[in-house]
Amino acid sequence: MELELRGITKRYGPLVANDGISLSVAPGQVHALLGENGAGKTTLMNVLYGLTQPDEGEILIDGKPAKFGSPRDAIAAGIGMVHQHFMLVPVFTVAENVTLGIEEVGPAGLLDRRKTRRDVADLSHRYGLDVDPDALVDELPVGLQQRVEIVKALVRQANVLILDEPTAVLTPAETDELFRIIRQLQDGGTSIIFISHKLREVQAIADTITVLRRGKVVGQRTPPATEDDLATLMVGRDVQLRVSKGPAEPGDVVLDVAGLTVADEHGLPVNELSFQVRAGEILGIAGVQGNGQTELCEALMGLRPTAAGSVTLNGRDLTRASPRARLRAGVAYVPEDRKEDGLVSSFSVAENLILDTYNRPPFASGVNLNLPAIRANATALIEEFDVRTGSPATPAGTLSGGNQQKVILAREVGREHKVLIASQPTRGLDVGSIEFVHRRIVEQRDHGVAVIIVSSELDEIYALADRIAVMYEGKITGFRDPDVPTAELGRLMAGGADGGHALALGPLPDADGSAAPSSAAPSSAAPGGAAATPSPEAAASAGAPETTALADAPEAAAPEEDS
Amino acid sequence: MTTPPPAAEPSATPPPAAEQDGQDSSGRSFGDNLRRAIQENTLTVIFLALVSATIIGGLLTAFTNTTVLNAWGHFFSSPGNAIGQAWDAAFGTYWALFEGSIINPHTVSALFQQASLATAVHDGFLSAVFNPLSETAVQATPLILTGLAVALPYQAGLFNIGGQSQFIGGAIMAAWLGYAYNMPFFVHVVVCVIGAFVGGAALGWLAGEIKARTGAHEVIVTIMLNYVMLYFLAYVLSSHSLMEAPGGSDSITLPITSNAHLPLLAGTHLRINVGFLIALAAALAVWWLLNRTTTGFEFRSIGANASASRVAGMNVERNWTRVMTIGGGLAGLAAATVILGTDFTLNPQSYGTYGIDAITVALLGLGRPGGVVAAGLLFGALHAGSPGMQVATGTPVQIVQVIQALIVLFVAAPPLVRTIYRVRAARARGVSTTMSKGWNA
Repeated sequence: MELELRGITKRYGPLVANDGISLSVAPGQVHALLGENGAGKTTLMNVLYGLTQPDEGEILIDGKPAKFGSPRDAIAAGIGMVHQHFMLVPVFTVAENVTLGIEEVGPAGLLDRRKTRRDVADLSHRYGLDVDPDALVDELPVGLQQRVEIVKALVRQANVLILDEPTAVLTPAETDELFRIIRQLQDGGTSIIFISHKLREVQAIADTITVLRRGKVVGQRTPPATEDDLATLMVGRDVQLRVSKGPAEPGDVVLDVAGLTVADEHGLPVNELSFQVRAGEILGIAGVQGNGQTELCEALMGLRPTAAGSVTLNGRDLTRASPRARLRAGVAYVPEDRKEDGLVSSFSVAENLILDTYNRPPFASGVNLNLPAIRANATALIEEFDVRTGSPATPAGTLSGGNQQKVILAREVGREHKVLIASQPTRGLDVGSIEFVHRRIVEQRDHGVAVIIVSSELDEIYALADRIAVMYEGKITGFRDPDVPTAELGRLMAGGADGGHALALGPLPDADGSAAPSSAAPSSAAPGGAAATPSPEAAASAGAPETTALADAPEAAAPEEDS
Repeated sequence: MTTPPPAAEPSATPPPAAEQDGQDSSGRSFGDNLRRAIQENTLTVIFLALVSATIIGGLLTAFTNTTVLNAWGHFFSSPGNAIGQAWDAAFGTYWALFEGSIINPHTVSALFQQASLATAVHDGFLSAVFNPLSETAVQATPLILTGLAVALPYQAGLFNIGGQSQFIGGAIMAAWLGYAYNMPFFVHVVVCVIGAFVGGAALGWLAGEIKARTGAHEVIVTIMLNYVMLYFLAYVLSSHSLMEAPGGSDSITLPITSNAHLPLLAGTHLRINVGFLIALAAALAVWWLLNRTTTGFEFRSIGANASASRVAGMNVERNWTRVMTIGGGLAGLAAATVILGTDFTLNPQSYGTYGIDAITVALLGLGRPGGVVAAGLLFGALHAGSPGMQVATGTPVQIVQVIQALIVLFVAAPPLVRTIYRVRAARARGVSTTMSKGWNA
């Protein structure tokens, strides 16, 4: 099926979300739609899926104009969509979810469960989706839930599959799996529209890349396009994909974590973890999501009780301190889930900027809030951190993800602090915002702050870290210098014991390939020449997982500079 | 077919401007739907809800009236009479409500027939003119205070259904301090009011503390405490050794000594008393607390996002206890205004329906202090006007409860009102939202 969009225009009041967009998707083609948040990707797909009607332009299927008044029409025409947020009933089985709305009814008016299960199993087998029709959706990992969505679309005979930011919720390994599935669908003649703002993924999977900016098509490329080229198209100006940073100049140990253990009902999400961070260095904690990083951060912030071990900041024991005491002691924290933990969305930007300092001077005078001081603070920080907001009184929830993150960052580094803990600091952000956030984090390091970055994005770890710790199942499987090859990190991320043999434990079937999606096509993100040779120093310093690695290799941070 | 309700006037008054310049920070804990309902409300929707409730209330009064029904039995022979009768019944009811709650023209003309202003004042004709307004204020006073007792915790994300138990706690304290002790004027009434606040606050504290320590849902806890206090009140009033008046057998306390009465504001003929000023002051205090203090910042922050508040170092549990304590105290003040302002004794029914009315007042008031005052005055007027209405028109007083319930129903379901009147959801923010999402670099 050949799909063509011609001159699609969609206006919301004075805002032109889509401005005369034309593109065509050939059968069996993976067509990537690249653009920053707010570039009009989602609006365009909503038009295509019948969720909104365009003001101008038309949709052609196999050369014939089609009108989609609702998703029902779009589905009937063979268009399927996998939303960023899945539309599944958690307490239903996979088969029940797939069949929801198109139930097969037997002669007696009863549901024909057997046929549904067979259909799901067949499809799953044909495309190597590997979903169990009887599994409860609730109990499936995110990656599998996404495949259920794909099966749902395929059962409805989708010839064109729209994937909206499909990798946002996936681990590197799951992303690889998704790409394999996409290729298989492609071989079967299904066209894929792949919406993303991640350059590298688009490079890896797309046959054609259409770049949107401010509602317009600003360019079309085919994969050997360079990332710089795409980024420039997307943002509209030159951007640095890797912030330049000088070598770290580590000072004294600021944060000392020794034998930290966190217990919950499932076991020990953080298990006798030890590390130290020095002033003026960035420790990057890598790892596949769900290996205790969230629990580690929460324990460091006092949001979770510590079962054993200690946390010391500049010699002061904080192990039992409340979150507020830790903030006061000089810990700045950028939480992983910015909507849930970082911001009060209904509060204004100004209020969010004082969310953890509201009860101290100058923002509080006695029991009263000092409104002029709060406004002045907001105006200054909005300016300094380039927060794009209508006014300080705008509710923070209405800002874009990048601007929300700027608000959090501005708040946290805007007060006195010695340590900055940033968890997944650029998740879901566009290229421009990532550059901004990274620049600010490096700036913090250069001001002598001890920085911890927790990220499941290896690119981010490589871009920022002066030293890398890899977390697996609540333990640190090894410390490495930033010039460590991705294969080595992948091995550690899969639980490979430090300093020796690779073994495929845990979720990653193939440590090398899965942990480093880019390894097939090395990109500018991988550290250049250093990639081939693992640092002997790092290997030597390795010991048992619990070993405390001291910041003994600051010089090794250097290779970042010239990339 | 009916006129808009005369009593609608107070609610059309927008909440204080200063309150709006903040932001939409309604709580989040009880039911996403209810929250969204409140957030989506605009003054237009509220006004239309009032109009709808008035129309339906009018139809109900008309078509439960035997005269009207008889006239409609002969609709085809005299349709004009049938419609006229229906109109008269509905309009008459509302007019009687207006006369009972705002102003009665008869009392005004009676005033002007007096020889001189001096005799008019002396014989109580002037008071008669202001009596409806005075009654509205008296009825509104406990509604405003209990409404605040719901609205304040609501801002912190808690749904306080315990207005009744907290009211009883305050009432027991006010009555006991009022009849069992003799203190000088002013001192005594102040002690009683403070005692009532403490009595209510204790119950609020208990509910908050149980939630903070055990995580039990505040709705369950407060409802159960309502039962505990209801029977506790019956118990203490059933024994002479506790609170029942010596020699009596009707479960009523001794009358409160006159030194503990809330001073009247407009002479002995009118019941309006200092309690009304306490209610207005409390609303102002709650507004100030919420919008101008660090404590209020914590309350609103926790109500809007407890998780982010915790990360920002706030002690969520302690604030739950704090806000419930203050909320309970406000309900206790409501009891003080009733026991020390109008009833002067305590009986097993003293708590009336304030605990439940409080929820409707807070809901109609959008959980904001200014709105609560407006809603409290509206419902106060309905309550004040209803006895006179029953006497004048024969319409049962329960129609007022029906109208009250209809208003809240329409307010809680804005889409209903929007569908009826084809009002587009006021999404002034819509455009600016997309705008500020805009093009970030």
